[in-house]
Amino acid sequence: MTHDGNIMQPATEAEACDIIAEARAAKRTLGIEGGGTRAGLGRPISCDGVLSTRKLTGVTLYEPAELVIAARAGTPLSVIEETLAEKGQMLPFEPADYRALYGTQGEPTIGAVAACNISGPRRIQTGAARDSLIGVRLVNGRGEAIKSGGRVMKNVTGLDLVKLTCGAHGTLGLLTEVTFKLLPKPPAEASLVLDGLDDAQAIRAMSLALSSPFEVSGAAHLPMGSNGSGAVTVLRLERDAESLAYRVGRLAELLAEVGLARRIEVDESRAQWRDIAQAGPLAKAHGPAIWRLSLPAHNAARCMADISASLGARYFYDWAGGLVWLAVMPSDDAGALRVRHATAEAGGYATLMRAPDELRAHVDVFPPLGAALMKITAGIKSSFDPDAILNPGRMYAGV
Amino acid sequence: MTIPFPVPDQSILARRDEIIAGLAMLLPPEGLIISEDERRAFETDALTAYRHVPLAVALPRTTEEVAAVLRYCHEHGVKVVARGAGTSLSGGAIPQTDAIVLGLSKLNRILDINFPGRTVRVQAGVTNLSITEAVSAEGFFYAPDPSSQLACTIGGNIGMNSGGAHCLKYGVTTNNVLGVRLVQMDGTILDIGGEALDAPGLDLLGLIVGSEGQLGIVTEAVVRILRMAEDARPVLFGFETSEEAAACVAAVIGAGIIPVAMEFMDKEAIAICEAFAKAGYPLDAGAMLIIEVEGSSVEMDAQLKRIVEIARQHNVQVVRESKSAMETALIWKGRKSAFGATGRIADYICMDGTVPTGQLTYVLKRTGEICASYGLRVANVFHAGDGNMHPLIMYNVNDPEDARKAEEAGMDLLKLCVEVGGCLTGEHGVGIEKRDLMRFQFNPQDLNQQMRVRAVFDPQWLLNPAKVFPLDGRDAA
Repeated sequence: MTHDGNIMQPATEAEACDIIAEARAAKRTLGIEGGGTRAGLGRPISCDGVLSTRKLTGVTLYEPAELVIAARAGTPLSVIEETLAEKGQMLPFEPADYRALYGTQGEPTIGAVAACNISGPRRIQTGAARDSLIGVRLVNGRGEAIKSGGRVMKNVTGLDLVKLTCGAHGTLGLLTEVTFKLLPKPPAEASLVLDGLDDAQAIRAMSLALSSPFEVSGAAHLPMGSNGSGAVTVLRLERDAESLAYRVGRLAELLAEVGLARRIEVDESRAQWRDIAQAGPLAKAHGPAIWRLSLPAHNAARCMADISASLGARYFYDWAGGLVWLAVMPSDDAGALRVRHATAEAGGYATLMRAPDELRAHVDVFPPLGAALMKITAGIKSSFDPDAILNPGRMYAGV
Repeated sequence: MTIPFPVPDQSILARRDEIIAGLAMLLPPEGLIISEDERRAFETDALTAYRHVPLAVALPRTTEEVAAVLRYCHEHGVKVVARGAGTSLSGGAIPQTDAIVLGLSKLNRILDINFPGRTVRVQAGVTNLSITEAVSAEGFFYAPDPSSQLACTIGGNIGMNSGGAHCLKYGVTTNNVLGVRLVQMDGTILDIGGEALDAPGLDLLGLIVGSEGQLGIVTEAVVRILRMAEDARPVLFGFETSEEAAACVAAVIGAGIIPVAMEFMDKEAIAICEAFAKAGYPLDAGAMLIIEVEGSSVEMDAQLKRIVEIARQHNVQVVRESKSAMETALIWKGRKSAFGATGRIADYICMDGTVPTGQLTYVLKRTGEICASYGLRVANVFHAGDGNMHPLIMYNVNDPEDARKAEEAGMDLLKLCVEVGGCLTGEHGVGIEKRDLMRFQFNPQDLNQQMRVRAVFDPQWLLNPAKVFPLDGRDAA
């Protein structure tokens, strides 16, 4: 174990247990840090010390024929992706890179991908990080090493604490090792682009595409002006080359009732989807606050008309309209009242992904919970971390 | 039969009349079953070796009635065992004599179908298959397909996080549910998730799915539906040995092919299923795979060509493609009726451990050896792509010695699954069946953490309390 000022860097799970147990005894709070590339995500917190996964690295298990990989939490995501690429495999959920969004350097870690449930455009086809995460080891706020799940993809033994810790932003424990199921990486990719659709037409086109049997793996709409150009609706297919040719053709036929689709090839398609995944069309301008709305796609166009009428915001859609990235001026509450009201009306939720600390300190970052859900959430926090020493307040006051 | 139940709470049994009177105030007469004869219909589930007649059976028609019943039971300390269709193989719905059964069979309506958003809102007592039936005319389906899908309910599927033959590609219940309406033990009604892909806060939905009726009662759910593939075609591959079949499975996945299903049957299972379904299974094969591919006919041809090449490298003896929809249905009928067909020739218990697929050959060999050492027959039929084993251990239920041996052999097999890096249950749930084996998979800290989470929802342990967690050591959590 290394101490670097107030940063503690356990090299083993046992050391992490000791650090957390000592912190609990001394009533010292610990902020959990991976690569630091998403430090701006969540409520701003100040802790007595930092607990880093920097020394908890390395792939611990990789069985390509079993479609499973396990790694210590601090392992850089790039190492995982390179390891998988050698065998023609991938993390199914396409974890997004938020360095552009937060203007950060460094390397995202696989542990943080799990802790923040970081997913990307392929979520509409293959699920989120939480759907591929099949096992975790973590140290809870009592300093106990806990495991849940395992290395097999079908496992219903006991309560699914894997899901609970995925997306808990380190508030329940320090993840020390995570295990994901994998998919083969399709050898070929192309996208179809429809130009000039308005939001409602685009969402209809994306719904048509996702209701087809052609297994669309990305569906995004960039309204006019969101990307410095005219509106584009992009639909991705990832297959082997022969099947790709067939499906691109069939999908274009299906979309003919909405518009004429043009095909973009692998390099352009990859660049486009990388940009969409990292919220590139909005992230590059550093002034605005950025919201991320998760809502039923069929209500999204109406919701965004409502929001943009009052806020004059820029936005674009991913997940066939089920995800909206929204940029607003960071004044007052960054439009929180309007955004949350409109999103709730649409049956969805809004997360304040990027805003100055002072703004995130007084506007709820994560969607507010009702009293009953908050009581359960606080109870679960306490069951893992009774003295609230791990990332306290990262998600909600006290949690 | 050796799995103990908690000692019934005499004070509850003594207050039976009062409790029934209290429940009668909350439910219409046809919603409360009190006569012994009628209660007996609820004494067990598909783990029929264990039977306990419940105190009463409540059959509410609405979420509000569920809430009223739970609130009453919470105030009066009455235990509650939720029940869908009663098809649990792990005893998840078996009552205890001092508990009421809360059956969801009257909550059986499909509330809303949203084709553009590809979601369906259903009540918990809707059967799994009826969701697909409701959307299939438009070309959609609900993906998880447990063998009991004709009877089992979505509420039960959520309780057990059920899988099925096609989850290699489409995932299990937890990957296909977007939201639930949950009634807590104190009667609080909560909506968790909905039609959006993300729900706020901690992933409580992920926690509730698979929690075996211990955190609350799910009365409604929003599930995802998917567009059916253009076509699907199962192919039978007969091998001389199980080793060759298992190696073929690993090689197919290793080659970057994910067939929509890869089902494995050993010689015994082939014989049993063929005798029942007349599906044309190769009776002289030592092991058989059903591999199903999807897509256009050209796409299926291309994928099958690659799979057949791989199978030939593993010495495949028989390759038979389905040539018609009827043949496809027959091939799947044989597989999906494996449990029922086995039940025609013997009593059986069905294990459900999952193993790393690299260990399939070893585990199959040891399964045969373990069962032989008890003098028992075993048939293996399982989801090979994900390593979820289903050995069917055959015995005579009227012979207590035979029954004890079967149970012991089953426990040995599950321990074997854990030893090779797998788990006790892949899709059937812990129930009572695997409850006392939980310590083989989890250490006390792991289990205590789970029990502390459980206690957040039900601190008095009133919801399905005889299940999942070993009976001793609960106080320590």
